[in-house]
Amino acid sequence: MATATDKSGEAKLNSYMTGPDDKGFFGLFGGRFVAETLMPLILELERAYSAAKADPTFQAEIDHLNVHYAGRPSPLYYADRMTKELGGAKIYFKRDELNHTGSHKINNCLGQILLARRMGKTRIIAETGAGQHGVAVATVCAKYGMPCEIYMGATDVERQSPNVARMKLLGAKLNPVTSGAGTLKDAMNEALRDWVTNVHDTYYLIGTAAGPHPYPAMVRDFQSIIGKETREQMLAVEGRLPDTLVACIGGGSNAIGLFHPFLDDKEVAIYGVEAGGHGLDVENGHAASMTGGTPGVLHGNRTYLLQDGDGQILEGHSISAGLDYPGVGPEHAWLKNNGRVTYVAITDQEALSALQTCTRLEGIIPALEPSHALAHVIKLAPTLGKDNLLVMNLCGRGDKDLFTVAKHLGMKI
Amino acid sequence: MTATSRIEARFAQLKKQNRKALVTFISAGDPDLETSAAILAGLPQAGADIIEVGMPFSDPMADGPAIQAASLRALQGGQTMVKTLAMVREFRAGDSETPIVLMGYYNPIYVYGHERFIVDAKAAGVDGLIVVDVPPEADDELCIPAVAAGLNFIRLATPTTDANRLPTVLKNTSGFVYYVSITGITGAAAPVVNDVHQQVTRIKGQTELPVVVGFGVKTGAQARAIAEGADGVVVGSALVGEIEKSLKQDGKAGPDTVSRVLATVKELATALKS
Repeated sequence: MATATDKSGEAKLNSYMTGPDDKGFFGLFGGRFVAETLMPLILELERAYSAAKADPTFQAEIDHLNVHYAGRPSPLYYADRMTKELGGAKIYFKRDELNHTGSHKINNCLGQILLARRMGKTRIIAETGAGQHGVAVATVCAKYGMPCEIYMGATDVERQSPNVARMKLLGAKLNPVTSGAGTLKDAMNEALRDWVTNVHDTYYLIGTAAGPHPYPAMVRDFQSIIGKETREQMLAVEGRLPDTLVACIGGGSNAIGLFHPFLDDKEVAIYGVEAGGHGLDVENGHAASMTGGTPGVLHGNRTYLLQDGDGQILEGHSISAGLDYPGVGPEHAWLKNNGRVTYVAITDQEALSALQTCTRLEGIIPALEPSHALAHVIKLAPTLGKDNLLVMNLCGRGDKDLFTVAKHLGMKI
Repeated sequence: MTATSRIEARFAQLKKQNRKALVTFISAGDPDLETSAAILAGLPQAGADIIEVGMPFSDPMADGPAIQAASLRALQGGQTMVKTLAMVREFRAGDSETPIVLMGYYNPIYVYGHERFIVDAKAAGVDGLIVVDVPPEADDELCIPAVAAGLNFIRLATPTTDANRLPTVLKNTSGFVYYVSITGITGAAAPVVNDVHQQVTRIKGQTELPVVVGFGVKTGAQARAIAEGADGVVVGSALVGEIEKSLKQDGKAGPDTVSRVLATVKELATALKS
């Protein structure tokens, strides 16, 4: 059983950047665990993506859109007051919240919509949690005049009303999902059911670096622009690579986008921050798949999952709708097992408090998702020397979270 | 090849009688373990030739609303893999001939442990496995060890399984081939009979194995029409739908839950024979 035991942590690897293998595995994790109806499509997608990747005109088109539509490169901003306040590492924010649509999600959507068009697909479906991915999908579909249906958990529809309005305005058909707890995993189940029913014309635009191969690798590639820019910008500003990287993890697309170009720079310390919710010791009270879960198979890939002892998936909890997914991208699962990346968890309260700190000190309202990364920076930075260059991926802006934050802080809007 | 499996013996017997197989699906533990066991025990007498027992999963991605609800009812009733295997063991003590196929998704098996699962399933009297989300590309993990242990591994072929891919799907399949009649989820749109016949003929041209057809088969007349040219039909959503209709207000089994399901199976079996 070639893949039943994990050898990835044992051997010293020459490179952390060559995965996945030709069957889509990162060590034990990843793969293509889908129903037969979808299998031919997954294989077709893999071929189409390989061809596109090798085609310079495809990359040129993405580059053009990144600059003129998404507004890239996003700035690498020196957060001087946070730095002074924390009294340790020199803190930089990678400002992906300044992208068009307000988060890093657009990076992936531009790449995949171009691929869908190349494949001759005429209808787009997607799942969304916080609505950031849904908004980015609705945006690129509007731009290319393609019909689009977004599956969103009914609970999330309720707590992310500004993004719901944006999607509708952009012309997307929004399908609230009531099965399960009505959150992101249920939305993904419904999107998969739609896809299996409409295989002939439909492209499933997955929003995170998870799902069956080739999605985890493809989404990572489209998001790697974050890390590539950070590298160049840091070299230009400081003349050397950063020492520390920090990013939040739900499915993990913004994080793998920042981390991947640095994986083989062994001197760069890398931290992924999961949603600790009410605390890791509270059963079903967090969404930290890696720091509080076990390996399993869901939504087309093997990865760390929140599940009970009988393999039933738990819903998880986070104050952030973008992080409460019971799984995580398989490349992160692999990077955890081989020790290249350190994964930690931050609670709802710590994230809320970090959001306020950042807002007051830097005049930037971060989304609740990167507020988890910020909370870890607040813990970590004081333990590091003043010459330590730290980059945190500020992957989304907080406008969408105003209602949630106000409610938790007892503010009247 | 090892000794004839119960599934092979059943198809040989059906062929002799010039009959099509009625394959029935229920979710283990739906709506509760006792009722589910009573339904299972009554199925052969009602006319089920082969029984698929669903291993409930929290996230049944390939299933429509009826089987989603059945899974959920079972899980809410406290169903576990251990209980599902025990239910099969109990059935087997009273019936040594009717084949039992466990059907479901990979994660509950993966978490139970592949090796332990294969040993325990075999010991319980399980004859075959259908695991929706383990494609032939991952045969090393579950299919090959299961077949080595004497279980049949039944693969789904679908309308998207083209001529290039069909040999890959058929390669390690045993017992029978399950043709999924539609691109879609269980219990959805009714299949187009002529399309199904064409596809079944195509598959039969590539394998000696019996081919049964499922997804969207609801009525006796439909079952008879679909079975034409195939070796049997699977009925699932229609049966768990009967369970749902029979429940009391509080969601618990009603007085006629068992009889209602078995009566439906009887109707289907009669229609299939006529």
